[in-house]
Amino acid sequence: MEEIANLFQGFAVALQPFNIAVMVLGIVLGVIIGVLPGLGGANGVAILLPLTFSMPPTSAIIMLSCIYWGALFGGAITSILFNIPGEPWSVATTFDGYPMAQQGKAAESLTAAFTSSFVGALFAVIMITLVAPLVAGFALRFGPAEKFAVYFLAFCSFVGLSKEPPFKTIAAMMIGFALAAVGLDSITGQLRLTFGSTELLNGFDFLIAVIGLFGLGEIFLTMEEGLRFQGGKAKIDLRVVLRTWMSLPQYWMTSLRSCIIGCWMGVTPAGATPASFMSYGIAKRVSKNGHNFGKGEIEGVIAPETAAHAAGTAALLPMLSLGVPGSPTAAVLLGGLLIWGLQPGPMLFVEQKEFVWGLIASMYLGNLVGLIIVLTCVPIFAAILRVPFSIIAPLILVLCAIGAYSVHNSTFDVVMMLVFGIIGYALKKCNYPLAPLVLAIVLGDKAEEAFRQSLLGSQGSLGIFFSNTLVSSIMILGLIALFWSVIQNGFTRLRTRAAAA
Amino acid sequence: MKRLGSCLTLAAAASILCLGASLPASAAWEPTRPVELIVPAGTGGGADQMARTIQGIITKHSLMKQPLVVINKSGGAGGEGFLDVKSANNNPHKIIITLSNLFTTPLATGIPFNWKDLTPVAMLALDEFVLWVNADKPYKTVKDYIDAVKAAPAGTIKMGGTGSKQEDQIITVAVEKAIGSKFTYIPYKGGGEVAVQLVGQHVDSTVNNPIEAVAQWRGGKVRPLCVFDSKPMAYDEQVADGKGWKDIPTCKSQGLDIEYVMLRGIFMGPKATKDQIDYYVELFKKVRATPEWQDLMKSGAFNTTFMTGGEYASWVGTEEKRHETLMKEAGFLAQGN
Repeated sequence: MEEIANLFQGFAVALQPFNIAVMVLGIVLGVIIGVLPGLGGANGVAILLPLTFSMPPTSAIIMLSCIYWGALFGGAITSILFNIPGEPWSVATTFDGYPMAQQGKAAESLTAAFTSSFVGALFAVIMITLVAPLVAGFALRFGPAEKFAVYFLAFCSFVGLSKEPPFKTIAAMMIGFALAAVGLDSITGQLRLTFGSTELLNGFDFLIAVIGLFGLGEIFLTMEEGLRFQGGKAKIDLRVVLRTWMSLPQYWMTSLRSCIIGCWMGVTPAGATPASFMSYGIAKRVSKNGHNFGKGEIEGVIAPETAAHAAGTAALLPMLSLGVPGSPTAAVLLGGLLIWGLQPGPMLFVEQKEFVWGLIASMYLGNLVGLIIVLTCVPIFAAILRVPFSIIAPLILVLCAIGAYSVHNSTFDVVMMLVFGIIGYALKKCNYPLAPLVLAIVLGDKAEEAFRQSLLGSQGSLGIFFSNTLVSSIMILGLIALFWSVIQNGFTRLRTRAAAA
Repeated sequence: MKRLGSCLTLAAAASILCLGASLPASAAWEPTRPVELIVPAGTGGGADQMARTIQGIITKHSLMKQPLVVINKSGGAGGEGFLDVKSANNNPHKIIITLSNLFTTPLATGIPFNWKDLTPVAMLALDEFVLWVNADKPYKTVKDYIDAVKAAPAGTIKMGGTGSKQEDQIITVAVEKAIGSKFTYIPYKGGGEVAVQLVGQHVDSTVNNPIEAVAQWRGGKVRPLCVFDSKPMAYDEQVADGKGWKDIPTCKSQGLDIEYVMLRGIFMGPKATKDQIDYYVELFKKVRATPEWQDLMKSGAFNTTFMTGGEYASWVGTEEKRHETLMKEAGFLAQGN
């Protein structure tokens, strides 16, 4: 039990007063960063990185990782209250979180989101503590083919979710793929679909699209429906937290499944975004309340939030042990480690014990501190919805514009955001689902890249996707998820036939 | 009238005083608002790390009165960042740190940009390239490796690298030409990812920068064969297997006659004045003297050549010609170039 002894030493490091102060500061900054759409965890950490150079490396990484936890918590707030996901992995949270807020259950929804985040993170940290050396090697087995298989699974477990006609789902997804293709093609190094415009060099950033499609689109709809927010009527106090907690244990199955999905996606490292979508998709299939998903079902908040936080936390494991960042924020943290003279990689756990275990201990404490801070603020956050819409809407618009601008410091992005807002409004009016579109923008280019890298390696043979047990089993899982309803129908028919015979 | 006159005299005296006080400042230009350091690459990469280290050093040692802000503009293989600085006419508060995409991006994508649109300030360092193979593979020397590549059917040996039609692929094509065989080049997003793909044996060799692969070398997962520079790297401290960077032979000495180093240098927008350039040159001289900078150089086994002025500009000019030739031979030029 050397790990446990190391961990307690780590707690001793993390519990030094200076480190605790740094932890609280980091969480608060992180929540603010997470709330502001567009700023995002990666940007926030990058901006604040130089602040930490004068600190000892352990305190510095504690502060930065706490900013990261804070941003993970904060991302859920705007998703639930305003349907504006601050981070890619919060998109799936809006599907049920926002309807809940509209029904006056914002506080319940926020409590469920924060608590699930904490559970997910805790599960992942325990995994890191106990089985780090075992799991770390797993990421090495992930070449391009395996990565593509994971994205394929994410898409498949999501397709067919919406109640809209399949044609509309596919149309929305294809628009997403087309938008994801704009910009530099990373395999050939050529520009695609930019039509000579230098503004389009960067392609369509996911955040701009989402702020427009979800945030602005929603505001346009609300304006049309008479400038009213439904959420203002609910009574909000801290007791709501306790009441929600009482109801959470019955969803333990969903939580556990989401934790496992999250850890797996974080370690592989495919990241928190596919984890949250996949977890939501599977929960919808499996849950007995599945038909109610998308209409404000609390399980639909628990599943993506648990998985996203578990993945976000687990992503630090491949970063520390292999030097592969599992998320953009982890990539910036990685840069920080190098600047402090810490070389992530197989030797880090051996040579820098105090640092590694101090960090792991701070993950336990940081998430706990974060949970307490955000939970006590739930009534305040939820009270925002009581502000009349005519006051809050312009504020949200300004916030969205600032967010869109800060992604690349470009005014063109603000215009793009407005255009996406109008598209979002139009699509909603025509009952096209937005989720597949967003999923395709987020994961489309990554999936394409992995697919083409695999084919380059296999000299064009599709057999590479079934060339070993790991990749074949993920692909087969994906195919089962894709044809689940067909398979289910088949079973029912077989059973009725058997009964008839 | 008299009172007005005395007022005027007073004002004149005051303005002369002011002028006198501001004279030394106007002689040496200094930033008057925050300086933007543009990184034409994503967060977490080599250029980004260097930029953020510079930012940290400047803040920690108070080398500048105004803050330095790092901004990533990575769109279109860095084209976004270059175009941004190109359009920053007469704006001395914007500088850019470059890598080889200074040459490769305009050549491969055809965006309207050339390094001559910018003003060269200083070369900070040169980044080395090392030929790496998986430590479990039998090749111990460049010769073993070349023999194995030649023996395998063309295209079955996989070379992993960062980006497409950029430095890693240029070196790959040069190696192909030198040994008369073909690789399959697989582009990845970042150098760290490339190193891990090599450890997982998803590719057979890489030309990672030292800093990208050093962790895996120290963990005994990868093996360096040779460095693509004219002389071995200068750092003799032990890194792994009782070897230091200095013990890695040059590729040329091993029969692979290829030299390639990557620029890590600073440019500013067009129409920069001499005062402004001098200010930044002095600033970066101070940065280079700090222990933090030297630590970074050591951990990444950088070649610490420093150049400014005409010497730097002519070095960049020669490199541009070389890249044009290399990329033309490889067929990487954008149509219409």
